[in-house]
Amino acid sequence: MNINIITIIESTAVPLPIENIDTDKIIPARFLKATTRENFGKNLFIDWRQKPEFIFNNPKFKGEILVAGRNFGCGSSREHAAWALSDYGFKAVVSSFFADIFRGNALNNGLLPIQVSQQFLDALLLKITKDPSTKININLEKETISVPNMKKEEHFPIDPYKKICLMNGYNDIDYILSMKDTIIQFEKKI
Amino acid sequence: MKKRQTIFEKIWESHVVTQKKDYPAILYIDTHFIHEVTSPQAFASMKGKNRIVWNTNRTWATADHNVPTKNQHLVIRDLLSRHQVKMLTRNCQEFGIRLYGLGHPFQGIVHIIGPELGITQPGMTIVCGDSHTSTHGAFGTIAFGIGTSEVEEVLTTQCLLQNKPKTMRIEINGKLSSGVVAKDIILYIISKLTSSGATGYFIEYAGSTISSLSMEGRMTICNMSIEMGARGGMIAPDEITYKYMKGREFMPKGKDFEKAKKYWKTLPSDPGVKYDRVEKFQAEDVEPMVTYGTNPGMGIPISGKIPTTKQLFNVSDQMQLKKSLIYMGLEEGQTMKNKKVDYVFFGSCTNSRIEDFRMAAKFLKGKKKAPHIQAYLVPGSKQVEKQAKAEKLDKIFAEAGFELRGPGCSACLGMNEDKIPAGKYCVSTSNRNFEGRQGPGARTILVSPLTAAATAITGKITDPREFFKL
Repeated sequence: MNINIITIIESTAVPLPIENIDTDKIIPARFLKATTRENFGKNLFIDWRQKPEFIFNNPKFKGEILVAGRNFGCGSSREHAAWALSDYGFKAVVSSFFADIFRGNALNNGLLPIQVSQQFLDALLLKITKDPSTKININLEKETISVPNMKKEEHFPIDPYKKICLMNGYNDIDYILSMKDTIIQFEKKI
Repeated sequence: MKKRQTIFEKIWESHVVTQKKDYPAILYIDTHFIHEVTSPQAFASMKGKNRIVWNTNRTWATADHNVPTKNQHLVIRDLLSRHQVKMLTRNCQEFGIRLYGLGHPFQGIVHIIGPELGITQPGMTIVCGDSHTSTHGAFGTIAFGIGTSEVEEVLTTQCLLQNKPKTMRIEINGKLSSGVVAKDIILYIISKLTSSGATGYFIEYAGSTISSLSMEGRMTICNMSIEMGARGGMIAPDEITYKYMKGREFMPKGKDFEKAKKYWKTLPSDPGVKYDRVEKFQAEDVEPMVTYGTNPGMGIPISGKIPTTKQLFNVSDQMQLKKSLIYMGLEEGQTMKNKKVDYVFFGSCTNSRIEDFRMAAKFLKGKKKAPHIQAYLVPGSKQVEKQAKAEKLDKIFAEAGFELRGPGCSACLGMNEDKIPAGKYCVSTSNRNFEGRQGPGARTILVSPLTAAATAITGKITDPREFFKL
């Protein structure tokens, strides 16, 4: 898939201070029957959205950034979770810890998994819950996340290769195929 | 002197095609399993770019996640499911991939059929668009789950870009008590290390307890590695492995098998090798396990009590406990034993092999399920179904009041119509007790096949050691 080139995201955010949010919760299996990548957003967190008090049903909280508790995206490898988040309009998920497969799936779809310290996450959750108009700034090139008035900027780790891909719209398959002859040589030795 | 290496490092190194500085490795993939749910978007993207499958001999397809388990010989009733399964058939035809679809004698859950057909062999790299791919690690393979973009990557290039994970050795020594089985070991380990405790690691399970387990038991252990966040889990091959593999459909035969065995014997980790992390457990400490919460790390021994918020130090753990118990309709400090349940689900890639059925049938023979219990038996594959019939195990389950279904993932993930109704308790031999996993509002309790069998009879959570006088 060709992904959009990303450098800076500046947006308000939706707080979801729950830990261990699994991909079954993000998009339940019964919605995985589609054979295209589109339109999964309408079923994002669908079971939680049935409850009126769920934050997604509060019009005050909107934005391109989801801020969630640690171990986000654990469980099933379904890439539909990343598709659902993107389709809903999120461009980044901020958490203090991501499950491995989800992190990879997100990066392959131009959805930024921004890993911050638990301290920063707690402060951020408090801040945006108190003031939903708070804008968060994510700068991929500098690898920083900052919030005005929080006087604190945090560096986030990102795989250097993936960073190049995201900033230039490259993808893994094109990179591997550029090594086609090496793979053919390797296969001959097996 | 040659550098000491772990089994993981040996297999990893021999599969790195090339690696540029600061780039992930290009890892060669020996075996790629695909199924109907996580592959259609990959094929669509390949068609759009006019690309072909790099090596169709290394790709195997089956339909499992979204197939009905009733009336499998009829047209699939659910339109979306029918379309998805049809897409798999069409894609496999167009791209030249062999498919064990509905009705085929080899059809079944992808992680059941790989080992049972002898496709899974030591030293391989194996991937599949499913997180329980770690199951194949029981044969000494590097096996892990991937997303759909990566499915496309492997179909197109037979390779995968990967950063090397850290290594963790989990050692279990000692003798298991009677009535304690592989499922209890892994639920115990996850309860100790938590649902995120092994993220970033590739696990090697070792120790005398692991060595004495059957291949089925080893598969159950490796299967749930992902439930602590690990990329995968593996066990070094040994005589038990070779005995299990010999003669299977796609295994090398005769001299070729012996030749392969010579190579397989070089795979186990070198003595004294260093791991990034080591965890040790004692088999004697493990009891039959039961989960009470909404992730597989929330498990307790069957004689134990659900923790209280006071016992937890961390505010976020306290919040998680409260939230889980509200969903589960349970109380802090309560025992799980004797809790009345509504459903018993026997199946999934964790526990739907012939050995699991034999284990339960031995105790179910001549007994009947409690009247209020709905019990399902879903074999992992057509082969398991056939074998169960040959051994007349199907009769034992039927007489005990179980509903016998066709093979598939079924109520483990509630993707087809096999769902647990909201608010109902299901004792399940599967791998995930997430909120809504078995259906919206369904309450899942993970247990071993033995505990599931005892619970089916009494209708309430029952310690198999007491009930079966083990």
